[in-house]
Amino acid sequence: MIALIDYGSGNLRSVEKALRHVGAEVQLVAHPDGLQDARAVVLPGVGAFDDCINALKTQELLEALRVFIRTGRPFLGICVGYQALFERSEEFNSRAPGLAIFPGSVVRFPAQPGFKIPQIGWNQLELVKPDCPLYRDIPNGSFVYFVHSFFPQPVDEAIVATRTDYGVSFASSVWRDNVFATQFHPEKSQTIGLQILKNFVELAK
Amino acid sequence: MIAKRVIPCLDVHAGQVTRGVQFGIAEAGGLRNVGDPVELALRYNEQGADEMVFFDITATAHGRTTMVDVVERAADQCFMPLTVGGGLRSVDDMYAMLRAGADKISINSSALATPDLIRAGAEKFGSQCIVVSIDAKKAGPDRWEVFSHGGRKATGLDAVEWAKRAVALGAGEIVLNSIDADGTKAGFDLVITRRISESVGVPVVASGGAGTLEHMAEVLLEGRADAVLAASIFHFGEFTVGDVKRFLAGKGIVVRLA
Repeated sequence: MIALIDYGSGNLRSVEKALRHVGAEVQLVAHPDGLQDARAVVLPGVGAFDDCINALKTQELLEALRVFIRTGRPFLGICVGYQALFERSEEFNSRAPGLAIFPGSVVRFPAQPGFKIPQIGWNQLELVKPDCPLYRDIPNGSFVYFVHSFFPQPVDEAIVATRTDYGVSFASSVWRDNVFATQFHPEKSQTIGLQILKNFVELAK
Repeated sequence: MIAKRVIPCLDVHAGQVTRGVQFGIAEAGGLRNVGDPVELALRYNEQGADEMVFFDITATAHGRTTMVDVVERAADQCFMPLTVGGGLRSVDDMYAMLRAGADKISINSSALATPDLIRAGAEKFGSQCIVVSIDAKKAGPDRWEVFSHGGRKATGLDAVEWAKRAVALGAGEIVLNSIDADGTKAGFDLVITRRISESVGVPVVASGGAGTLEHMAEVLLEGRADAVLAASIFHFGEFTVGDVKRFLAGKGIVVRLA
């Protein structure tokens, strides 16, 4: 069973449907108890960093997720669920400390001519780590769907699994051990996205 | 490189996709029935659409209930970005659509009536979620006026000024629909599209007037739009989404070829 963290994130249903589509057994989990028997966890997210962290904290999931990740079972963070793994966000008025699984902070795209913020649309993955299990059968340069103004800047370059160019080259996903996280939305990235989710689901079997 | 997006728009009336020729014609009974929204969504999904817009043209409470069902069914089968608009007047209305599987919410008349709805939506769901759709009509040599209520009511607002204000309030994307060009298939209004695209820092989606593949290329290149939205050209089978993308790629425009 894959535990899909339910803390009011708008893309919950889409992630659930996509995971089921690729054969996963999914359970919505809103309480730490639900993580006990989970073989893997998916943390979805859209919207603001602080909203995500505060909701997780209210539901006592923040510490529970840290503990889960320490067990070494597969974890996938999506969008704000990726950003939440870092220490802090430079989002306006942000005060909430993140999960701090990885050192680094979440920053905004710098203003550059020709690059609209938010980045909304399909952009390409440069596979920095082609051996990352998430990207099995995914060709270099594949397009995936992004919708965001902020992205994490990992201190440790070694965790960067893919990079994407949007005026600046940013870490569009990271990978260390069994922790995976993507800035893009695999659940909205059609065939390529479903393959990425399938690859994750395989790890949880 | 980020790709320019090609977005089919589905106008939904009583659970069916319809298409009027121009603003106001729908009410006069000039709707053409195009088919089941979910079937069409699946077809465009297959063709490699980058996104889909569902628009409730009834803009009523009953229409919203129907739309939640349409969005849920589409989201169950199409793993792609979905935008929903038409008659959404509150943060709760928006949330219902997001929970159903929508990624973005498009507001138009309700944002004009209550600009603070843009801010409230952006604070709750993030700017990336809030699309402000603008219906503009040429009102002078260098002026485009914003219309509300499906193009029926003049607001007196200047389209460029309203776009800038909407973005300042938190809109993460602007859809610009030219009332003059809509449904005519005579091409997009390139001037106002470019002016708005260069006046705001968020993506601009051009809508209204696509009749040929060349029109699509023009509005992305000269009009500086980030995406093109069209209905009739796809519904009546003139071109597939793939046709459009291959043509754009031939013009050197970056697109995602499925």
